[in-house]
Amino acid sequence: MEFKTFVFYFFSAILVFAGLRVITSRNPVHAALFLVLAFFSAAGVWMLLQAEFLAIALILIYVGAVMVLFLFVVMMLDINLDRLREGFWSYLPLGSIIALLMVTEMALVLGGNYFGLFESGVPQATAEVSNVKAVGRLIFTEYVYPFELASVILLVGIVAAVALTQRGKRKNKSVNPAQQVFVKAADRVRVLQMPAEKRD
Amino acid sequence: MLDALRELLQGLFGSVFPLVWTLLKIVLIIAPLLLCVAYLTFWERKVIGWMQVRIGPNRVGPWGLIQPIADGLKLFLKEVVVPTGSDKSVFVIAPMFAFAPALAAWAVVPFNDTLVLANVNASLLYVMAISSIGIYGIILAGWASNSKYAFLGGMRSAAQMISYEISMGLALVVVLMVSNSLNLGDIVSSQGRGIFADHGVGFLSWNWLPLLPMFVVYLVSIVAETNRAPFDMAEGESEIVGFHCEYSGMAFAVFFLAEYANMILVSTLTSLLFLGGWLSPVGFLPDGLLWLFLKIAAVLFFFLWIRATFPRYRYDQIMRLGWKVFIPLCLIWLVVVGCWMMSPLNIWK
Repeated sequence: MEFKTFVFYFFSAILVFAGLRVITSRNPVHAALFLVLAFFSAAGVWMLLQAEFLAIALILIYVGAVMVLFLFVVMMLDINLDRLREGFWSYLPLGSIIALLMVTEMALVLGGNYFGLFESGVPQATAEVSNVKAVGRLIFTEYVYPFELASVILLVGIVAAVALTQRGKRKNKSVNPAQQVFVKAADRVRVLQMPAEKRD
Repeated sequence: MLDALRELLQGLFGSVFPLVWTLLKIVLIIAPLLLCVAYLTFWERKVIGWMQVRIGPNRVGPWGLIQPIADGLKLFLKEVVVPTGSDKSVFVIAPMFAFAPALAAWAVVPFNDTLVLANVNASLLYVMAISSIGIYGIILAGWASNSKYAFLGGMRSAAQMISYEISMGLALVVVLMVSNSLNLGDIVSSQGRGIFADHGVGFLSWNWLPLLPMFVVYLVSIVAETNRAPFDMAEGESEIVGFHCEYSGMAFAVFFLAEYANMILVSTLTSLLFLGGWLSPVGFLPDGLLWLFLKIAAVLFFFLWIRATFPRYRYDQIMRLGWKVFIPLCLIWLVVVGCWMMSPLNIWK
């Protein structure tokens, strides 16, 4: 077995195992951690495909930022597993239909070569242009409008999130640190000069 | 001699030789690094002692030089207490999560033109990605301890680190814009060109001068990112309880080592990105490894200096500085540098 094949199977085995543990582990924090492991192994597999930018971006964005916030939320929740399991049988038909749909879709994509969906094979990265440069060039030339649209949508998302949480008057009495850091000693402390008194 | 050793090992290990050779190189980087971490703690106590007109540790060995080893031995022999009701596996994994990224990032750090373990094109991205994993150690430690104080401490530190990672990242974007590369080696060599470098005063051509606001932002952000004073919300000993309050013995020591290893890592990055790496400051002296080490030591001294100088920031003031001052400043400077590069005054051609 070639070394590259070994690395691929190594990462894939961890990826499949971690993916399975995400849905089977009882503790939601453990599930989130296994998802992190899954992202990591997926990044390793992408690295094998010479897609180093995508691999590093996956770790930087999903592992470094998204999953951290995810863990924040999951850790704060007080999840009662028995209550979650109550409606299992009544939701099963709907769930299995969705699962079946997803399996069909995945089969169509993964079997794309077999069905003749792709006209050409997977594009190979050329050695002389680095991955990041190639992606950057495409984003700012060919796909500039979709790229700008995506960023505008993200901006709208940020504004909406801020607007949702900042409704109404501020109810807490916290002080504004922006004003506070400009305070000088003269604003708070008054130094009195008193002449020394003589004892009679 | 190096070639002889190489041939000897090649004969000894045969087909697995590249693996052995790489492992050797890794040990060559990690072992001195760990020694530096140990003696950085000693140096910190000495420097702060001198700044506060004390002597500092001076009992173990000549001038107290064996102090860090004695400290390590003490922590090694202490019992690691796992609190009741804690999540044991996560509790044990958390310190490793904190420490491992600080070591893994060294894989792409260049020491001079040729001396680098892995010369990858996207090395700056790699360093950013790997160092962003360090946050897991903190939140997992906070959560797994099964203690309210540790949990709140973990949340506090993690929020602070995420906030300052953004301003750090934006400062780095400006650097890679002017050096036109993501490779740390190329970023350093691009700082060796310019009007000042041609006149023999190379240190004025380094990124710190033309990108001065970004340099300041980066310098402050790395202090906040490594949870050091005056931004040490992770463990303000006298006021607030930190994320590792349930850890003891070696498990605590690993967090401690991670903090210092991170300090050395970010100091190295600062030297490479803004201070010209291994380039010599003046024309008549040769470039070399020594300059890089001197610059790293200078940035590390800055860390210790401000710890002894400034009082601790309050948490809401830290967050304001990150979000309302540094990030807007970075965004504005990004546009300014972009316009500068497009104008005829461009100095980075």
